[in-house]
Amino acid sequence: MYDVIIIGAGVTGSAIARELSRYQLKISVIEKGEDVCCETSKANSGIVHSGIDCKPGTVKARMNILGNEKMEALSKELDFPFKQNGSLILCFSEEDRPRLNQLYEQGIANRIPGIRIVEKEELHNLEPNISDEAIAAVYAPTGGIVCPFGMNIAFAENAAENGVEFLFHTEVTDIRKIPQGYVLTTNEGELQTRCVVNAAGIHADKFHNMVSEHQIHITPRLGEYCLLDKTAGKLVEKTIFQLPTRLGKGVLVTPTVHGNILMGPTARDSDDRESTDTTAEGLAQVIESAKRSVPVLPIRQIITSFCGSRAHEDGGEFILGEPEDAPGFFDAAGIESPGLTSTPAIGCYIAELVCGLLSPAENPNFNGRRTGILDPKTLSKEAYAQLIREQPAYGNIICRCETVTEGEILDAIHRPLGARSLDGIKRRTRAGMGRCQSGFCSPKVMEILAREYHISPLDITKSGNGADMIVGRTKEYIQEVSP
Amino acid sequence: MEKRSLTCIGCPLGCAVSVELEDGQIINVAGNTCKRGDDYARKEVTRPMRIVTSTVSVKGGDIPVVSVKTEHDIPKEKIMDIMKCLASLCVPAPVHIGDVVLENAAQTGVNIVATKDVAVKIS
Amino acid sequence: MNSYDIVVIGGGPAGLAAAVSAKENGIESILILERDDKLGGILNQCIHNGFGLHTFKEELTGPEYADRFIKQVAALEIPYKLNTMVLDITEEKIITAVNSTDGLLQIKAKSVILSMGCRERSRGALNIPGSRPAGIYSAGTAQHLVNIEGYMPGREVVILGSGDIGLIMARRMTLEGANVKVVAELMPYSGGLKRNIVQCLDDYGIPLKLSHTVIAVKGKKRLEGVTLAQVDGEGKPIPGTEKDYRCDTLLLSCGLIPENELSKAMGTEMDPVTGGPCVNESLETSISGVFACGNVLHVHDLVDYVSEEAAAAGKNAVEYIQYKALSPENKAALCIAGPEIPLIPADGVRYTVPKKLCTDRMAEKLTVRFRVGSVYKNCFISVYLNDRQILHRKKPIMAPGEMEQITLQKEQLKAVDDLKTITVKIEET
Repeated sequence: MYDVIIIGAGVTGSAIARELSRYQLKISVIEKGEDVCCETSKANSGIVHSGIDCKPGTVKARMNILGNEKMEALSKELDFPFKQNGSLILCFSEEDRPRLNQLYEQGIANRIPGIRIVEKEELHNLEPNISDEAIAAVYAPTGGIVCPFGMNIAFAENAAENGVEFLFHTEVTDIRKIPQGYVLTTNEGELQTRCVVNAAGIHADKFHNMVSEHQIHITPRLGEYCLLDKTAGKLVEKTIFQLPTRLGKGVLVTPTVHGNILMGPTARDSDDRESTDTTAEGLAQVIESAKRSVPVLPIRQIITSFCGSRAHEDGGEFILGEPEDAPGFFDAAGIESPGLTSTPAIGCYIAELVCGLLSPAENPNFNGRRTGILDPKTLSKEAYAQLIREQPAYGNIICRCETVTEGEILDAIHRPLGARSLDGIKRRTRAGMGRCQSGFCSPKVMEILAREYHISPLDITKSGNGADMIVGRTKEYIQEVSP
Repeated sequence: MEKRSLTCIGCPLGCAVSVELEDGQIINVAGNTCKRGDDYARKEVTRPMRIVTSTVSVKGGDIPVVSVKTEHDIPKEKIMDIMKCLASLCVPAPVHIGDVVLENAAQTGVNIVATKDVAVKIS
Repeated sequence: MNSYDIVVIGGGPAGLAAAVSAKENGIESILILERDDKLGGILNQCIHNGFGLHTFKEELTGPEYADRFIKQVAALEIPYKLNTMVLDITEEKIITAVNSTDGLLQIKAKSVILSMGCRERSRGALNIPGSRPAGIYSAGTAQHLVNIEGYMPGREVVILGSGDIGLIMARRMTLEGANVKVVAELMPYSGGLKRNIVQCLDDYGIPLKLSHTVIAVKGKKRLEGVTLAQVDGEGKPIPGTEKDYRCDTLLLSCGLIPENELSKAMGTEMDPVTGGPCVNESLETSISGVFACGNVLHVHDLVDYVSEEAAAAGKNAVEYIQYKALSPENKAALCIAGPEIPLIPADGVRYTVPKKLCTDRMAEKLTVRFRVGSVYKNCFISVYLNDRQILHRKKPIMAPGEMEQITLQKEQLKAVDDLKTITVKIEET
């Protein structure tokens, strides 16, 4: 019997797990994917929102503002990349100025620190590459950027270090109430627990509706992005939003914490929960809209495009806590933007609710500090040289585009919840995330994974079961070919 | 009369050459712009030949397979027979460039030779 | 800090030929830095034949061609470091590199030869829409898996792009037991050699669909299929021409990009057309004493030309070092400080390498290499010194996939009084 089972090892589930690991509880995070950060958490803007565009008084506003406040300290405690680079929301015409003022007023009502309206001249001094058509903007200095993978993985690793169990490739098919709590039916058998936390992203309505009469409904809202090569340079320093107008919401252009330029997302409601396909129209729309903000974007330097799905609940609000008719079942559902920003606050909030029910003792061994994978690029030359003397693997560059060493890849494999696939390595170390998109390093990473896990390269996958990288040895099928 | 259409490989022009045959004898070559096209078409129609390149498994080498080629060109229709011979072949390391790894492959009279060095794996 | 006269960045065909040439021209102190675990670069995985007809007058496979140069490097006792990644080169020619045994290396060079080669355009760079499953490889990655590791990336294959690597891989995958269903090419012509179309596709009955591209990718975990469509003159898919192909593998052979991150970071002036550094008649970049050759300079069609160009770069680096060692009087006596004349590509000529030349410094003959922008039949390559035509050579065919070259004579250039421009263009008559 578990005390808590958390469904979903995305950033929300992992944040909640980490908060709950402060207590003496038997906790399991069950995840249908092969790794943490496999779905919504892996494909989003990576933005720490200031909270300016949340409607005052909503749960979203509260969680966003609190999450933003917690982010800096948390990024240090858990060692994930975060930068408070500030954000600008652009206004392109005098006609839209009332809307800009409204947004500013909303920011004041939300008590967002330091916000102000900047006029054209200052705006272009702040960001020289912004379109000449932008006439003014709201500037929010507390806006930031974060590595979405880094944050999710940090929460999960720290939770695991503090005793939380993670079960991968485990999919919940049914939940039923029993007097002591709940029974979860999974492909790996039945699991009993006193409490359930539903952090299942775009699938959260399915689980909620298994236990509650008060049905909710989530629509996957797809968003497409394009990413530019680091050589595109520091075209913008701040995150550049567009003021939503009757022509649409617009897309953002932002530096990432790793120095790329990211643009997107589109917003397209989907009825297919499995698909995150990009479309030609969507990618074209991203480029067109992004160029409205920053006309000089070098489109030829796009190195990848991707699509994420946000879990949009019909009511447009985060759904946090127990439904009236399902005590011990805690939703963390409808977590769409500003979800990533909010997770530190959601983690604390849900943990508090669970503790209110279970009244657990504190975990005396809890250690909230986690050290991320050492990136030798952050060391001085002397320290790096010393590191290679001690651990020669740090002198062996595997991913040439992102300069990732074998040492980092070995660390990614052998740390808690270590990477088992190419995507797992990529999200932890950035090997394969650069301009050649793993063309050169994938055979090397496959070799390292096979060696470290003592498995055949034939069993190495891109992203878990079914995503095999290779299908056999050469000449294996030769007899079947007609001469 | 049989008519065969070919693309000349002599240069990037890639002339569409047609060859007319009667009882297996070439009676006309047309469509080529130079002598090379004529030569190519005549050989390609009567006896097309190819070099085959592939790999062969290596036992105890520092790399798992060694690249190989047919020492000379072989009749085109024998390509897959050659591949079948290579499929079951495994040679011990070390291997040196030019080593014959298989003699008279698929009864073509042509040897398979290694095209790279493979050292013994140091374990 | 170690110092060398010449440090060669990259031990592929360009770097090897440059190092050999530098040594043969009288410089002793040379070091080759190679990031892979073998010399030879990409030739090690190009196991097909067809290399070396110009250089060695015989047809070799890639590894054999590389071996000829590796043996020369060994015979000339040129030192090299493998598994060594160059992280940074400064304008002062201080090179920072890393490997497991030496750790972090700092090397001072009098002259640097850039020969890092190129990489393939990725799926992301092509912005192909759809899902992102396993089974989508660049042709070169597949070539590595098949030819070096002995693994099959998949069994049912569609190839996008009819560059030579794509065509070669169509045959390789077929020979190794895969079913290659189709090769699609966005352009109305193939970028590959005719020989490869016949011997890699026609021999095996693999269809080549020109003016076609991939418009959708299906499959969540492993690739399940792609949709091809015909494209119009602007490369836009034509509705109603879509056709689905079931496949577990998509190979991309859609162009090569010179790998110039180091060159850009050190501040060499770049040519946006080639993606390589701008060089003068000596293949010297905008940073004095830094030379470039091979695919890092511009993507070549034949490795023989890479070797030839690299040998010139090696020789020029030697001359640079020898010149630097001269006394000021001797330097002045050589009078090689004349103006640099720009070479201007026009009317169908996309670029020229070199991009400029100094008639004082150039050798008696200078090879100028270029590519054309589309297919030209029965047209002329013309060269103008200022407005005067000095060359008008008929070519039955020119295509973007093939490199063209002309030779400029020093004497002829010197004869023009006020030479301002050299224009290379394609003319119909």
